[in-house]
Amino acid sequence: MKKNTIFTLSAIVLLVIFLFIANTTLDSYILRILNLCAIYTVLGLSMNLINGFTGLFSLGHAGFMAVGAYTTALMTMSVSTKQMNFFLAPLISPLDQIVWPFLPSLILAGILSAIAAFLIGAPVLRLKGDYLAIATLGFSEIIRVIFTNTQSLTNGALGLKGIPTTTNLWWSFGIAVFTIFIMVSLINSSYGRAFKAIREDEIAAESMGISLFRHKVLSFAIGAFFAGVGGGLLGNLIGAVDPLMFRFFLTYNILLIIVLGGMGSITGTIISAFVITIAQEVLRFLDEPMFPNIPALPGLRMVVFSILLMVVVLFFRNGLMGTREFSWDKLFGRFSKKPLAKGGTK
Amino acid sequence: MGGSAFYDNFLTNTGCIGISYIPVIPGTKQAAGADTLYLGGVYMTLEMFLQHLSNGISLGSLYALIAIGYTMVYGILRLINFAHGDIFMMAVYFAFFGVVTFGMQWYVSFIVAIALTGVLGITVETLAYRPIREAPRISILISSIGASYLLENLAIVMFGGRPKTFPQIAMFTDMVQLGNVHIQLLTFMIPVVTVVLLIALMYLINKTKSGMAMRAVSKDIETARIMGIDVNRTISFTFGIGSLLAAVGGIMWGLKFPSILPLMGVMPGIKCFIAAVIGGIGSIQGAVVGGFILGIGEILLVAFLPELSGYRDAFAFILLIMILLFKPTGIMGEKISEKV
Amino acid sequence: MKKALSLTLIVVMTLSLMLTGCAKPAPAPAPGGEQPAAPAEGDVIKLGVFEPLTGANAAGGELEMEGIKLANKLYPEVLGKKIELVIVDNKSDKVEAATAAARLVEKDKVSAIIGSWGSSLAIAAGDIVKKAKVPAMGTSCTNPLVTQGNEFYFRVCFIDPFQGVVMSNYAFNKLGAKKAAIIQEVSNDYAVGLAKYFADNFKKLTGDENAIVAISNYNTGDQDFTAQLTNIKAQNPEVIFAPGNFTESALVIKQARQLGIKTPFIGGDTWETPEFIEIGADAVEGTVFSTFFATEKPITAESTKFLEAYRAEYPGKEPAAVTALAYDAYLILVKAIEAAGTAESVKIQEALVAIKDFQGAAGLVTFDENRNAIKSAVIKTVKDGKFTFMDVVEP
Repeated sequence: MKKNTIFTLSAIVLLVIFLFIANTTLDSYILRILNLCAIYTVLGLSMNLINGFTGLFSLGHAGFMAVGAYTTALMTMSVSTKQMNFFLAPLISPLDQIVWPFLPSLILAGILSAIAAFLIGAPVLRLKGDYLAIATLGFSEIIRVIFTNTQSLTNGALGLKGIPTTTNLWWSFGIAVFTIFIMVSLINSSYGRAFKAIREDEIAAESMGISLFRHKVLSFAIGAFFAGVGGGLLGNLIGAVDPLMFRFFLTYNILLIIVLGGMGSITGTIISAFVITIAQEVLRFLDEPMFPNIPALPGLRMVVFSILLMVVVLFFRNGLMGTREFSWDKLFGRFSKKPLAKGGTK
Repeated sequence: MGGSAFYDNFLTNTGCIGISYIPVIPGTKQAAGADTLYLGGVYMTLEMFLQHLSNGISLGSLYALIAIGYTMVYGILRLINFAHGDIFMMAVYFAFFGVVTFGMQWYVSFIVAIALTGVLGITVETLAYRPIREAPRISILISSIGASYLLENLAIVMFGGRPKTFPQIAMFTDMVQLGNVHIQLLTFMIPVVTVVLLIALMYLINKTKSGMAMRAVSKDIETARIMGIDVNRTISFTFGIGSLLAAVGGIMWGLKFPSILPLMGVMPGIKCFIAAVIGGIGSIQGAVVGGFILGIGEILLVAFLPELSGYRDAFAFILLIMILLFKPTGIMGEKISEKV
Repeated sequence: MKKALSLTLIVVMTLSLMLTGCAKPAPAPAPGGEQPAAPAEGDVIKLGVFEPLTGANAAGGELEMEGIKLANKLYPEVLGKKIELVIVDNKSDKVEAATAAARLVEKDKVSAIIGSWGSSLAIAAGDIVKKAKVPAMGTSCTNPLVTQGNEFYFRVCFIDPFQGVVMSNYAFNKLGAKKAAIIQEVSNDYAVGLAKYFADNFKKLTGDENAIVAISNYNTGDQDFTAQLTNIKAQNPEVIFAPGNFTESALVIKQARQLGIKTPFIGGDTWETPEFIEIGADAVEGTVFSTFFATEKPITAESTKFLEAYRAEYPGKEPAAVTALAYDAYLILVKAIEAAGTAESVKIQEALVAIKDFQGAAGLVTFDENRNAIKSAVIKTVKDGKFTFMDVVEP
């Protein structure tokens, strides 16, 4: 274990150095993409915990992100920005006077999302597969509709603008690393084993003494916590939020990420988040005229993505990594040729 | 009336929790005139109520037609066909192109569109669901979402984002006036068509061999296969019928709401699935009942609580969650016990 | 030794994974060849365009693209250099809008930006253009927040407070209405803002706090408004104000007429599209709305030129208001580049601020201190299935 810790630490140090270099040399367009990669990692991991590890098919992620994004936004915006935004109906007090720094706002965002998840999950999590999907989708839409109609809390359809853009590489990657760390610890703990047991066979798990309700709600709430944090990061990256950002398509994007990466694999999600976010930008050329006589077909990019998802689901059902994880041992095992008997790997 | 003060307070309070910035005045007595009903704090004439009711029945029938498709597929495959709403959308576009681009007579175009949609439904089943029939449920669900997304994006690329106008056919869209109530001829025709199709469908399922095959497959797919039923064909047949019904619903939808967009199937799709769940998924009569409940409920919600009209879509979801919590098998569903 | 080798391998792999972000976007081909030239050099001046070409707002984006492309066709050069349009789709999504703007500014290094239809999309790009000091010209986004506090965002259209006042004045003065009802697209910031300004001014004009007898909401994409309309009918308003996108508004009015509601309908600039008349047919006869220009009363010489070119390019179609606005956005930027004598972004911004009485297809444009266009509103109605000019209202 000690060897592994050293490798992990050195990898983190390398990441820090890389971030330092990136911040100073790369242009803001690429920085923005890197930030998005990290944020989608956080979001993907949070959804993977619920959908991939615990086997609950939840489509409500966008709702939790909305809660998180709005909380962070309302907490971090300055008083004057708030007044500028809420010109149709004033923001209720005491929110219009409170301004918090970024980290406490993020934590609050996560906590509120987790509370929302608890309230939603308690009645709904006992439903099976498809019903759970539609119920969580329903709640996500209900949250969005509420945000659209509560003018003096969320500014309704107008959304919030001028949110301080505090998200930078340090925040997004830092929180991503933290999320990875929490997820790995969680999965390798007894809770993680309980989650996986629930995923494999609920009834057997229950007869083994695992409290279904407690564990499902726990998984749901932790997933929602990180979804809220991710939503907050996203809001403070773009600087503006509005209810239309949190429609089903957002949940769908994250679903795409975790399916492609492999629904039971943390490594898979991380790789997939990066690959997909970068690919979405790179494939922009599909939207432009490719040869002199073929006119531009906007939307072709998304068609390609849909086809990609279908292909993966139909032929590579386990995604990129299936349920395998990255580990230093396996990586080095490929290079050493010790025979099995002496501790080498295949 | 003591009750009125309570209702007025209730409405004003819900109106003021930051929902609307300008206070809304519910129907005032002077405007309503004589023969007023007093329901939920809103004064309403009988005529207004009938108007609302007729709209609700009309909308409910459309929901019912599409919900049948969902419930049939679920009954057979235990699968939510997320792509159903988009198949409905495609039907509308097919009909539109038939009349406008190919210049066909409307009845020819409608029939062609309905047939094409049936074919499309079967194609989706063959490509997206058949290969993974044995896979874990989550994969099939994701495939279903993927198929839906693909259809939507294809529609955006092929048809463009600008709304098109569905041809307005006089026979359907002329207005009829009964007293002060104005109703489109279409509003009468929709429930009639729905009932006719429903009767035809029930006959098909209960009295024909194919229908028997469908019932057998939905009870127990393995045994049906052993008994010699061509399961693949039966499933394709089910998808085809469901899509045909959705196509009819789509064309009538296009006649009623003439603006067509690639994403027009998303919300109706989800709502119709909810309707099927409310009525009891797997049961065709349930789907129809659910469709009507949802359609009429939506309209009456907006009618009696006008400040909450922005929450109209949320109503369907709230209804869904309540049903799932209190009677998960739906209104007409059967209890399913889980075998270990 | 092996471990050290493995370690280096990991480092290389991780770094290359993360650095693919740098490598990949560069070789992506773009029309007209890819040279990340600084804007002032080279033979080409780049104008960025970001519009919703897909997604919920694709209709508006397409209309504006028509205007921009037409303008590019008529005025392909400035300062002796060819103008190249770099078009990016923001997918009607805020996250994409921010990324699209960042791409235009960083990767394509455009001198100025045109866009976008949809205020929330323009707002998402606001910070980016401000930081990069690249001027952006909004086409039809009317939310005040787009330009507020951002000295690099301009717009060629007027803003909602003005429009709301214009329509409420019309309702009160010309129609003599004392009671109005509002049916608004509550999930659309444009509609909500416009409704509020209308309501405030109307109440002031009538002196009656309860002059708005009913407010009904609907969501984007809704198709059935019969319930809301039946309620409004019961209130007997003298005029109904229906701000909202043309897709829904046409259906609203159509259903209202089907319900026997004969009350006049008034609305905002989003109605002026061919689809509004197509979908609404007879129902929208007589509706009145405020907009930016009128085809039969060309305000300037440029309007005539625009109309002729449009009719030649798209025979049988009439241009939408936002098309004319997008056309003007392009023209104003060209004018500013000319005035500045260079394609440097900051200089363009300074030139823009100084523009006075620019002759655009949609009227004269002067920017006020918030970089919003001070221009007159045109009131139009639908007569015999065509948009017909009715009146001009000065600011």
